[in-house]
Amino acid sequence: MDDFVLRALAAGFGVAIIAGPLGSFVVWRRLAFFGETLAHSALLGVALGLVLHFSATLGIIAVALLIAVLLVAGEGQGGRGRPGLPTDTLLGILAHTALAAGLVALALIEPVRIDLMAYLFGDILAVGTADILWIYGTGAVAMAVLIAIWRPLLAVTIDAELARVEGVKVRAVRLVFVVLMALVISVSLKIVGIVLITSLLVIPAAAARGFARTPEQMAVGAALIGCAAVALGMAGSFHWDTPSGPSIVLAAALIFAVVSLWPRRPRRSSGAGRPASSGKISRSG
Amino acid sequence: MSIGPAPAHPTPRGGETGSLVEVRGICVSFGGTEVLSDAGLTVSEGEVVTLIGPNGSGKTTLIRVLLGLLRPDAGTVWLRPGLSIGYVPQRLAVDPVLPLSVGRFLALARRPRRGSMERALAEVGAGHTLDLPLQTLSGGETRRVLLARALLGEPDLLVLDEPVQGVDLTGQAELYGLIGRVRHERGLGVLLVSHDLHLVMAATDEVICLNHHVCCAGRPEMVSRHPEYIALFGPRIAETFAIYAHAHDHEHDAAGRVIAAGANEEADGEEEGSVSDG
Repeated sequence: MDDFVLRALAAGFGVAIIAGPLGSFVVWRRLAFFGETLAHSALLGVALGLVLHFSATLGIIAVALLIAVLLVAGEGQGGRGRPGLPTDTLLGILAHTALAAGLVALALIEPVRIDLMAYLFGDILAVGTADILWIYGTGAVAMAVLIAIWRPLLAVTIDAELARVEGVKVRAVRLVFVVLMALVISVSLKIVGIVLITSLLVIPAAAARGFARTPEQMAVGAALIGCAAVALGMAGSFHWDTPSGPSIVLAAALIFAVVSLWPRRPRRSSGAGRPASSGKISRSG
Repeated sequence: MSIGPAPAHPTPRGGETGSLVEVRGICVSFGGTEVLSDAGLTVSEGEVVTLIGPNGSGKTTLIRVLLGLLRPDAGTVWLRPGLSIGYVPQRLAVDPVLPLSVGRFLALARRPRRGSMERALAEVGAGHTLDLPLQTLSGGETRRVLLARALLGEPDLLVLDEPVQGVDLTGQAELYGLIGRVRHERGLGVLLVSHDLHLVMAATDEVICLNHHVCCAGRPEMVSRHPEYIALFGPRIAETFAIYAHAHDHEHDAAGRVIAAGANEEADGEEEGSVSDG
């Protein structure tokens, strides 16, 4: 295989491995729209990087972090009896405003030649060694932090107030999580681009839900499915000469469809033992 | 223990012997509407306190202030240093997309052994649920599991918001029996929020009747005769309860006399001694 194919695969796997567990939380916490907003702000980051003369990746990370922190800070303000707009509406406004602002900003900074298509739809074959270092460096840090906050984050996901009473620092945990999301989305943009990045977080996790019995199984399953989607998508991209980013997303969607349609036993299968055991209990009480 | 208008507990602030939590002078308003005004409560070791009141009277709000989930506009919350609280919220909505068994849910905050989780679930009558997905439980089963989870943390204070909502009648009696039992066995304080008066009254030491402020507070059979209580719940409900209380606590009520608000001091003296054998 050629070097650029190996680099592309390495980058794709790196992103898929961290996107699996992180994406599971995105699905559990219903943050798909939130991820979209972060991704759509990336072009603003590119523009910022150009104006201030630092790398596009750094600019993207800076803007994504800023937006993530602002959104979490804003979250606390809405609750108290003040009738506001629903979160998904607000995020929808923000996401597309950010995207539009990024496009306009880039057009204003003349004369620049950036590969807009690569940012919007990704260009996995153009991945360089530096990109791979970024992906694995950030991915390793993100994974370590995610494992460290795994239990409290799960507790907050299940019931934030219960977690708070049990001593979990809910706000801090939430903040750390969105920072991780911002980081991972920022370095993943090269693979599938701004428009499709959320699908890499959401689709493998959704597919893994089909057979997972614990949160950890779903997270690991999502990572594996993500890797499979990268491999399949790239193979398809070569075979049919299709764009790599969309091919990877389609491969993920295909896996999701197969898993969803797979026949499965009913969930509460241990029902046979129930009447006997509940009889025993009522006597003891 | 006195029956009277708020403030219900004119005791010195913080650290009255045996008290686990003292909440005083709480005022909360949402968007200009006052939900709580000068409300308060105290729970001591081994004491079951029940908060009753109609819908929207601020019961859950007061609980949320106590738990530190809501910052009041005014008032103080004193918790005994190092106090561990077991909280059973009114509802638990876990999205089915999160694969989570009951056992895993129990083991989330701490890491209990499987044996102690089985015991805790059996104690609340939900022993069969350990390996089931959390989302397949019925409302009643979920409440039992939440109670088991709270007890696993070996709390000093158990806070239960409508603990028997969705539980069948036999189950309700069982759960109140259980709450009474753990109170005696472990000497923990219990704060209940409820509006089903009958079952609660039998298992409770003190009732606080809340309708944005503390209307009246005291022993259950005394509160049930309080004019504010009767005004709040209507004479018929109050009357049914009075008969109920009479049947179970006849030694206090043998004279059959109606305890009026003015007769507090005398009644207090008489009632005090019989608290322990209740």
